[in-house]
Amino acid sequence: MVTFELPNALMPFARGLGEVRVEDARGTVREALVRLGATHPGIVERVLTEQGEVREHVNLFVGEENIRFLKGLATPVAEGETITIVPAVSGG
Amino acid sequence: MTKAEARERKKKEKKEKKQKKEKKAKKKEGKPAAENGDVLLLVGTVKGAFVVRSDKKRSKWKIEGPHFPGESVYAMAYDERGGRQRLLAATRSFFFGSVIRTSDDFGKTWTAPERQNIKFPEDSGLSLVQVWQITPGPADDPGLLWAGVEPHCLFESHDGGDSWTVVEGLLKHEHRPKWTPGNGGLCLHTIIPDPENRERMVVAMSTGGVYRTDDGGKSWKPRNNGVRAQFLPDKHPEFGQCVHKIVHHPARPGTLFLQNHWGLYRSDDWGDTWKDIANGVPSDFGFAMQMHPHDKDTVYIVPVESDGFRAAPERKLRVYRTRNGGKSWKPLTEGLPQEGSYDLVLRDALTADSHDKVGVYFGTRAGKLFASANEGSSWSSISDSLPSIVCVKAAVVGGAT
Repeated sequence: MVTFELPNALMPFARGLGEVRVEDARGTVREALVRLGATHPGIVERVLTEQGEVREHVNLFVGEENIRFLKGLATPVAEGETITIVPAVSGG
Repeated sequence: MTKAEARERKKKEKKEKKQKKEKKAKKKEGKPAAENGDVLLLVGTVKGAFVVRSDKKRSKWKIEGPHFPGESVYAMAYDERGGRQRLLAATRSFFFGSVIRTSDDFGKTWTAPERQNIKFPEDSGLSLVQVWQITPGPADDPGLLWAGVEPHCLFESHDGGDSWTVVEGLLKHEHRPKWTPGNGGLCLHTIIPDPENRERMVVAMSTGGVYRTDDGGKSWKPRNNGVRAQFLPDKHPEFGQCVHKIVHHPARPGTLFLQNHWGLYRSDDWGDTWKDIANGVPSDFGFAMQMHPHDKDTVYIVPVESDGFRAAPERKLRVYRTRNGGKSWKPLTEGLPQEGSYDLVLRDALTADSHDKVGVYFGTRAGKLFASANEGSSWSSISDSLPSIVCVKAAVVGGAT
């Protein structure tokens, strides 16, 4: 099982919950997102563009590591790990 | 008065007050959300949308919002076809993408679509940045709307704006690899359907220029003959112009007025040819342009000093109006700052209502919202402290009165 932690803005797409647990989601971050998208497409469409890339101002962390500095969406995710979705600290 | 009598009196007063309050609430509840003749200004800003309302006198305004706080709203529309009273807003989260939302109760509640209701096909190689324009279709097809988006493309909806599909003829246009972004991005911002011919439509893009279809969107031809591209080595290319806005009057649909990135133009043949009409304006650079709803020769613009210095020419905020189809332009200044103005009005931030005595409105990058209830002859401020305004759309509830 992999746990997705959500920012407030995405909670409406998870019935108001701050986290979503997904069974059989280990593999890569991309594979975990595909599994998440099967039940929560609204979350995934706000994290990835139509081209399947992480949106410019969204960060994904596996544990405490930002996947931009690992292997991006190919970053491995192990059983029991947490993926945290974080809006970038940017903008005006 | 005894203590008991005073207590009784107090109790009675309290009861009366409660009844009065309930009566007032009940009256308010029974009152329609908006009355025919009310004017709505749909104001999109970089930090949310506002619904600004007045009765037909247009002397007192009520500002409601922000809706979608923190999200930018570059396109809004009011759609009264098919018996509905629907507001549409294109919202863009800085983080999580863009959707089109609707409200059928004048903004009290909005849809919050779980899925992105407007998006490019996966095999297009494109991803939606934002929606720049929402245009309701003809009265006899109330489900039909169009949306112009960034990167340059056109979408259509057949269910009143709930779901959208891409117009393939523009998506797969052979010029697409050569369209380049303007300062605002690669946006399709102007949509002009022909009210007399369902197969014809003109769109305008920054940067790409004017394109027209005569076959219902299957094919699109550039229509920029006479429109200059100041910023290119070839000043008159077939396409690639940075057109900022086009307007027309439905009663004479083939006559188009165009505000260019340098240049003011008129076409009398649906864009086949364009003639310069920058007669007596302080600058022919600008963004905003608005057609008078009842007079096919009256057009409003707000000139800007230059592309390098996007501010009011000579620090005077002036709306210019032609009443003769572009032969001459007159400044409208009463009530507007005539010194020290650095204001800028963007392409969709100038609008008009459809009352007999037309109301004209505009919003600035600095968050000032101005109104004129006399066709631009004099102006007053509705607000000078909204967030940066990027679109203003006016509508009269129940149509013009």
